[in-house]
Amino acid sequence: MHAVLFYILATLAVVGGLLMVSLKNPLSGAFALILSLCSLAALFAMLHAEFLFILQILVYAGAIMVLIIFTIMLLNLKKEELQEAPVGWIRLLLTATLCAVGAFGAIQVFGDVVPANVEMTTDFGNIESVGRVMLSDFVYPFEVISLILLVAVVGVVLLAKRII
Amino acid sequence: MPTRTHGRRNVPNWLDFVIIGGKAVFIWGFALTLLPVLIWFERKGSAFIQDRAGPNRAAILGIRLAGFIHNIADVVKLLMKEMMIPPHVNRAYFMIAPVLGFTFILSAFAVIPWADTLRVAGRDITMQVADLNAGILFILAITSLNVYGIVLAGWSSNNKFALMGGLRSTAQMISYEIPLGLALVGIFMVYGSAQLNEIVRGQGELLFGFLPKWGLFVQPLGAILFIVAAFAETNRNPFDLPEGESEIVAGYHVEYSGMRFALFYMGEYVAIVLSSAMITTLFFGGWQVPYFPTERIVATADTWLKVMLSVGGVGALAFAALMLFWAKRMKDGGGFGDLRDKEGIILGVAHIAIGGAMLFFLWKTLSMGPMPEWGARTVAAVAQITSFALKTIFWCWVFIWVRWSLPRFRYDQLMRLGWKKMIPLSFVNIFLTGLVILWMGR
Repeated sequence: MHAVLFYILATLAVVGGLLMVSLKNPLSGAFALILSLCSLAALFAMLHAEFLFILQILVYAGAIMVLIIFTIMLLNLKKEELQEAPVGWIRLLLTATLCAVGAFGAIQVFGDVVPANVEMTTDFGNIESVGRVMLSDFVYPFEVISLILLVAVVGVVLLAKRII
Repeated sequence: MPTRTHGRRNVPNWLDFVIIGGKAVFIWGFALTLLPVLIWFERKGSAFIQDRAGPNRAAILGIRLAGFIHNIADVVKLLMKEMMIPPHVNRAYFMIAPVLGFTFILSAFAVIPWADTLRVAGRDITMQVADLNAGILFILAITSLNVYGIVLAGWSSNNKFALMGGLRSTAQMISYEIPLGLALVGIFMVYGSAQLNEIVRGQGELLFGFLPKWGLFVQPLGAILFIVAAFAETNRNPFDLPEGESEIVAGYHVEYSGMRFALFYMGEYVAIVLSSAMITTLFFGGWQVPYFPTERIVATADTWLKVMLSVGGVGALAFAALMLFWAKRMKDGGGFGDLRDKEGIILGVAHIAIGGAMLFFLWKTLSMGPMPEWGARTVAAVAQITSFALKTIFWCWVFIWVRWSLPRFRYDQLMRLGWKKMIPLSFVNIFLTGLVILWMGR
């Protein structure tokens, strides 16, 4: 049962990603990405990582994708304006090979980062354990990232103001 | 660590599935049966506020039930209507949009608790479909997905007004999700959990010995912010800019007709029920009966059963007497001259039957010995469900009340309220809560 669900969800995630890059209509592409993100969230749910599952939906599918779709709708592209960008088989094959080689290489080099056959703790991915990790072991990276995001937000506002 | 149903439990048997299914049917049934009641509230309530009579014409064999039959007429009309698909729309998205909106909002009910854990036949049944560790955040996640129904409807309709409605609702929901989420932080800090059942349990204690420790009393600012943001999330007046009839016709559902339109309409009311249930659960004690925590109800279950039955029975009889008196006055004064004069008699007789049955059971319980443990727990659960339902229905009424009392915001006012007033205020709320908790030395 778990294995079947895993393969279905994993396939959906990959298919969503592929559709995202191959569909011509930008809105369809965005929805394919949402499909992919939701399948990933469901994979977290299968690990009983409830908090990660909810965050995945809340932040990625619920907030970031809404903003992307908001932008797409504001641009409101007509069919004629969408340029023909045929996905050539050679390009696709080349990209796939590069990705596969890259992933394989990464696993070979950094494979020992994730030990195989970990026994999951009961509090894996729930709100307490994520919060504890974020505010103890990784508190400095966490703060630095929030600072970087703040700088990005201020920068965007500044740039947009100058243009308007 | 509270009960965390985990993967390594023994394999669930068929009874677990039946219980889960029954719970899902219960909460969906609660939400969906409230729909016609709310539509009736809306019509009669708006009529009451505007000093009109309200709808009172639709009838089955002359029975009108003060406009309640209009709901049935509505449903029949909507089912009969053609579901138009205009030629210029994006068909696939156009058809899936209303379904998305309605499905997401219904699935959010999974984490709403409606009574304390019921211990029956050696089983602990949590009165909640899914006891998630990050419960309340699940509702936020699902309501954030709910935007897609509206956005897709607006975009696929290929219509300027619909697109404007979709854009407005996206901007509005994203903006008000922030104060909504930040208002929750105070609740997390006070009750020390994000699990809805734990939050409700925390509200069963007393504050200073006489005030129930409801979210409203420990988080007054948070409660106001949350309620305002919840109004904005449901796209109700004064935040109904996505529909804005006077500006953009009907917004995102301008091209829809028939049952597809009805799905949007129903989705709006289900969202009201969800928001009311959330407000009740977080700030008004959820299923807690004030001053009576579960164990106290269980200990005095015999009295509770008798009091509930007698209150119900006497109430039904009093209503019956009122109806019969009204019917008699109608008859004496000439009345409407049609079958409406008989309604009082029908309702009166029906309520005499209900009240009589309740009093009969009361008489039966008098000759009964003390209740077994499971009976006492069931009585407690019934009392708590009643408490939860009454509070939720009250908040549903507030939603309608506000809609017919306040005018719509202007768009810049809406954005200014959300970003420049509510978000700073919710930070102030978190800061003050932290200070108080530090000062109380918890």
